[in-house]
Amino acid sequence: MAEPVKLIGAVGSPFTHRAEAALRLKGVPYELIHEDLDNKSELLLRLNPLNKTVPVLLHGDRAICESLVIVQYIDEAFDGPPLLPEEPYDRATTARFWAHFMEHKFSMPFWMALWLDGEPQKGFVREARENLALLEEHLQAQGKKFLAGDSVGYPDLAGSYIPLMLDMFKELSGTSLMGDDEYPAVRQWVKEYNSDEAVKSCLTNKEQLAAYFRVKKDKYKMMVKAMLKQQ
Amino acid sequence: MAEPVKLIGTFGSPFVHRAEVALRLKGVPYELILEDLTNKSELLLRHNPIHKSVPVLLHGDRPAICESLLIVEYIDEAFDGPPLLPIDPYDRAMARFWAQFIEQKCAKPFWMALWLNDGDKREVFVKEAKENMALLESRLHGKRFFAGDTVGYLDFAACGLALVLGVLAEVTGLSLVGEDEFPLLRRWADDYTSEETVKACLPPREQLVAHFSGKKDRIKLAVNAMACQM
Repeated sequence: MAEPVKLIGAVGSPFTHRAEAALRLKGVPYELIHEDLDNKSELLLRLNPLNKTVPVLLHGDRAICESLVIVQYIDEAFDGPPLLPEEPYDRATTARFWAHFMEHKFSMPFWMALWLDGEPQKGFVREARENLALLEEHLQAQGKKFLAGDSVGYPDLAGSYIPLMLDMFKELSGTSLMGDDEYPAVRQWVKEYNSDEAVKSCLTNKEQLAAYFRVKKDKYKMMVKAMLKQQ
Repeated sequence: MAEPVKLIGTFGSPFVHRAEVALRLKGVPYELILEDLTNKSELLLRHNPIHKSVPVLLHGDRPAICESLLIVEYIDEAFDGPPLLPIDPYDRAMARFWAQFIEQKCAKPFWMALWLNDGDKREVFVKEAKENMALLESRLHGKRFFAGDTVGYLDFAACGLALVLGVLAEVTGLSLVGEDEFPLLRRWADDYTSEETVKACLPPREQLVAHFSGKKDRIKLAVNAMACQM
């Protein structure tokens, strides 16, 4: 009999969404344990003492932390549609490279542009747009629905914060990231991601994130400003 | 006939080292092309236009593979030979998790601490690095290497730490880690750098010391500028 799968996550966490979407895409039944990030449970702190954060995947008695490590684990430990391509070259270049790009190059300017104001914000918006141009180029050159093929996969999950947050970017940041006629391939990818059945069925989805961030907007803005001053 | 393998790298880079040692452990013949990162070649910029960094792996005429740990996973999957990552999915997840931890929470703060001028800022990074290294130390109980009896993915991922603890401590004259601190990590650093396959692609210590001593001022400038901006 299959060992039980539990996902400790939070509705406001795009990282939780990555793990949840991976489980749904793979067709793995799971229980979602909701965490209140302002009041972390003993369970979470015990299972993830290093980073004290969500998501944490529990497979039987094994605990796995870090959203992208979890996604790769889900792909390797369970049967179901593959989240990475079969061929080593495609795995390394298309899938893993673009996941790395989403996690390490795209994310920081995107988040900074979201929560800052004035001149500092402009700089990050510029950088985010340069990254959008790279993404656009890749999507156009590849000519597939998603970043590594025609179904949602590892790099799309890594970059899922973009389709989840793009609609509310202007509302949260007070500025626009892209014009309506700009980056057509990126817009299409966002649309495809948000229309995917498995993605839509997640409990940590677009609507949940939007509601969460609307409430937390001022707190995040303050946190980011303080972070910039400190360093 | 096997397609030619080329590795674009630069002297003394722990990131390049990861790719090199992976190729050697797999028994894959390769040509090493050394870059001067202050004067990047057209070859490098053409093959890694987004990050413009080394290492870059060229396998036959396929477009390049970039990012050191991605290159290691590619080498593990594309070539026959002893596995570099564990086979079991959970063990693989643990290796990937700890590799990320080592890079973000140990090597990075230590690197900052070595070059920062501001003593207070340095202390903050040292404290962070040491707390995290204590957690890492516990992973070595009863094991010669992070991967077990032989070197593997997590050991190459941690090679930057070996550099920081050894060569860079000498170059900066800063012993951020006391002689009696982290005995298992110190022993690991020695065992790792003296392992046969690793040693074959590591430059002699004196050369590394000379190389980083020569770059010292330039590194300090860059790190301190970055710290101001942050």
